[in-house]
Parts: sequence; structure tokens; C-alpha cells
Amino acid sequence: MTVAALAFYLFAFVTIASGFMVIAARNPVHSVLFLILAFFNAAGLFVLLGAEFLAMILVIVYVGAVAVLFLFVVMMLDINFVELRQGFLQYLPIGGAIGIILLIELLLVLAGWVIEPATIAAARAPTVAGLSNTEALGNIIYTDYVYLFQAAGMVLLVAMIGAIVLTHRQREGVRKQRISEQVNRPIEDAVAIRKVEPGQGA
Amino acid sequence: MAEFWDGYLLPLVIIVAQILALVVVLLVAVAYLTLFERKVMAAMQLRRGPNVVGLFGLLQPLADGAKLFFKETVIPTGANRAVFLFAPMLTFILSLIAWAVIPVGEGMVISNINVGILYLFAISSLGVYGIIMSGWASNSRYPFLGALRSAAQMVSYEVSIGFVIVTVLLCVGSLNLTDIVMAQKNVWFFIPLFPMFVIFFISALAETNRHPFDLPEAEAELVAGYQTEYSSMPFALFFLGEYANMILMTGVCTVLFLGGWLPPFDIAPFNWIPGPLWFIAKVTLLLFVFVWVRATFPRYRYDQLMRLGWKVFLPFSLFWVALTAGVLVAFDWVPK
Repeated sequence: MTVAALAFYLFAFVTIASGFMVIAARNPVHSVLFLILAFFNAAGLFVLLGAEFLAMILVIVYVGAVAVLFLFVVMMLDINFVELRQGFLQYLPIGGAIGIILLIELLLVLAGWVIEPATIAAARAPTVAGLSNTEALGNIIYTDYVYLFQAAGMVLLVAMIGAIVLTHRQREGVRKQRISEQVNRPIEDAVAIRKVEPGQGA
Repeated sequence: MAEFWDGYLLPLVIIVAQILALVVVLLVAVAYLTLFERKVMAAMQLRRGPNVVGLFGLLQPLADGAKLFFKETVIPTGANRAVFLFAPMLTFILSLIAWAVIPVGEGMVISNINVGILYLFAISSLGVYGIIMSGWASNSRYPFLGALRSAAQMVSYEVSIGFVIVTVLLCVGSLNLTDIVMAQKNVWFFIPLFPMFVIFFISALAETNRHPFDLPEAEAELVAGYQTEYSSMPFALFFLGEYANMILMTGVCTVLFLGGWLPPFDIAPFNWIPGPLWFIAKVTLLLFVFVWVRATFPRYRYDQLMRLGWKVFLPFSLFWVALTAGVLVAFDWVPK
């Protein structure tokens, strides 16, 4: 028990600390690296909760794919750090005001938040005996909520197609390799054998 | 006191002993894999390979290690020191921690978790960070280009590896690696799923940045890619990490397709040999093919690499997932 508690505090502390460093780090690449650390520790928290499937999916999807592309983009940005710091004081009042408003809103929401007793009771219900949480999750998603799951997939597909349509442009004069054409080319088109007399070749 | 010993210290001591046993064997294997590679390549190219240090060059890996250890660690002035030094460590650590779930024999696994294959997939998808961080932290053109190439390459080929894993899981009905091996008692999966075996092997080559997909360190264009600015022990850590990753990917391939520690036939002369030896034999065979590929094929061009990953492997493996699922349902072979 104590080991689990120690692990929890370690993961929780590192998650919060790296979350703070994401906004505090001066170098944007360091920010992304701290973000990745935060994801990783959140996965650790999932493992402690016994939700190992969610933990692995978090690492695979967020750390392994999304954050890589994030890092990819941030590394290629040409950021001038001096310019970034300019006007910091000028924008401080308005930024601070927005922050305070958001904080008040959050407090108002949280203060009035009552969790329905039925939900708490449902959350305490143990998973079906003999089922790993991967199977339990699969049973719920693919039987009870299969249409919603499909709909979510469709939304993602539309978003993907939209992104491709927005960024794709047909360019003129691009030389593309067509492997089938290359392979099917007859030898007569590709090679010409000429007999050249000595001294006549030009 | 006795409770403390039984509850905490003893398990800790056992786990540490298991980890040490695995890591020491693994590091020796990595050291001799370099020699194996050089010897096999030499034989294929009608040379002798390293044969001066020790009998048949058997001490060559130790000599190489000692040389790297005593070299000076050079850190470029423009480099981001912390990230620069962290990147090789990350590569090395990731290549070792993945071994925690690989079963080398019946019950011979450090952590028999029930999402084992997802854990492996997660750890191998993190491998790209070592390379991309080193490329950025070096603050130099060639490493950066190598890192960008590598990031795109590894993300692309992970997709098809994911589908290959899904196909195997459909046939097993469990994410546990021991269950995956035990499901191959009757027939190893590389026979019914041969195309997926080939795709997994080629994707493993791309994932470990091996020939013919070693564009991240293409020496003809990028000097040494992301390793250009590294020297001494940081370089050695990259090197060890890469070779440990090779052994890891061949180990995963063995577990998924070649029946792990199971003998080819469960009859007298075969099942006398203990399981771990079968595992090592299969891994060695696959590593030989890794080296064979390196000695045989020229490097892919970058657009060809992307074409293979996205336009050939991805549709094909997706089709094969659907086909496998369909066959399993149609013949009522879905594992319970």
C-alpha cells in the first residue's frame, strides 16, 4: 500500500511540476518535452488506478504520435526569443484579466458542482470478475455504444479529409516516379545500340 | 521487521536480480552482435573481418568498448547540453525497459502484464524521441535533417506494425505475450499469417533504422545523421541502444510469429532442448537476416520509403486485418 501511495505522489508531483514547466520554460522545445513528461506521468497514474489499457493508449497515441508531430513542428519554427519577450509588460494587464476571469468561472463551476449519488454508486461497482479492463472496455464500446463509436470515427474521418483538402494543392511540373511504367518499358525504348566508326562518334 | 523483509525487501531483491540477469546477458549479446555482424558481412564479401584481437577476433567488442570509454566526450558549444546528453541515455533506457515483458521461456519473464504487447508498442513508439532530441540539441544541420527524416520514417512504419499486431491479436484473443506464444502450440503464426510476418520484418528494419532504411544516418548525404556530433560514451550509448533495439524487434517478431520459446515440433529430440535456447536460436536466425539484408540491399530513396510505408504496407495490412477478422468469424474460429 505504501509503495502505491509513494508511486502516486511521485507521478502526481512530476505531472504537476512538468505541467507548470510547460508554461514556464523559456525554450518552446523544452516546453514540448515537459508536456511529454506530463503525459507519461499521467499514464503512470492510470496504471496505479488499474486502467492499464488506457495508460498504454495514452502513451501510444499522445506520446508516440501526437507529441512527435508537435515536437517536429516546434523544432522547425524559427523563434526569436528576444522578440518573444518584447511587449510582455504591455500585454500583462489584459492577459492577467483574462486569467482572473477564467479562474473565477472555474471556481463558480466547481463550487456548484454536485455529483449525482447514482453515478458514484455506479463508479464503485466492480468490473465483472474474470474480465481484464481491456475486455470490459471493449464490451462497452462495441456493444452498448457502437453507434456513437462509429459516429466519432466518422467525425475524425471528415476532419482528416478536410485537412487534406485544405492543404493539398496540385503543383505543375512535379516529376513523379511511376514504378509500373518503368518496369513495363520495353527494352527497345530504353536502350539503343549503335555501331560507331572510330573517329566518327560525336 | 520480518514483515518488512518479506513484504518489501525480498521482492525488491528478487526483481533486481532478475533485471541484472537479463541486462547482463543482453549487453553481452549486444557486444557480440556487433562482432557477429562484422563477421557475417565479411564472409558475404569474401573478407575475413576482425581477426586480430583475441582468438578469431572474439575480444574485438571489448576492445571497441574500452576505446570508446577512454575517449573524450566532446559537447559542441552551440549544443543544448542537457537535451544533448539526455538523448542517448533515453535511447539506451528505452531499448532496455522494453525487455521487461518479453517471455524468453515458460514463465521466464520479469513482468507478465496483461497488456504486454501494447506496452511494447508504446515503448517502441517512444524510441523516436532519442533521435529527434539528439538532432535538435546538436544545433547542426546534418543531425537535424537526420532527425526529421527519422521522425517521419518511424511514425510511418509504426502504423503498419500496429495493424500487424492487431492481426495477431485477433488470432490470440489476448494482449498477454505469454498467451500469444501459447496460442502457437499447434501452428506458428508465420504460416497462416505469412504476409504479415514479412510486413512486420520489413517494418522492424525501418523502425530500427537499419539498412535499407537507414536514411537517418545516411553517411553519403548526412555524414552520420543524428550521431554526427556525438563522441565517446554518448555515442556508445546510441550504438548500444540501436543494437539492443535490433535484438528487441527480432525478439518481438519471434514471440508474435515464430512461436517464442516453443520447439518446432513437440516430439523427442526437439523438446529436450530448453525453451530459452529455442528463443535465442530464433532471434539469432532473424538477426542473421538483418545482417544479410544490410550486406545485400542498397539504400532506399526517401520518397520510395514513404511510398512503401503509406501506399503499400498500410492498405495491405488494413486489408489483411479485415480478411483475418472475416475468416475468423466465418469459420467460427474466434478465440474465446
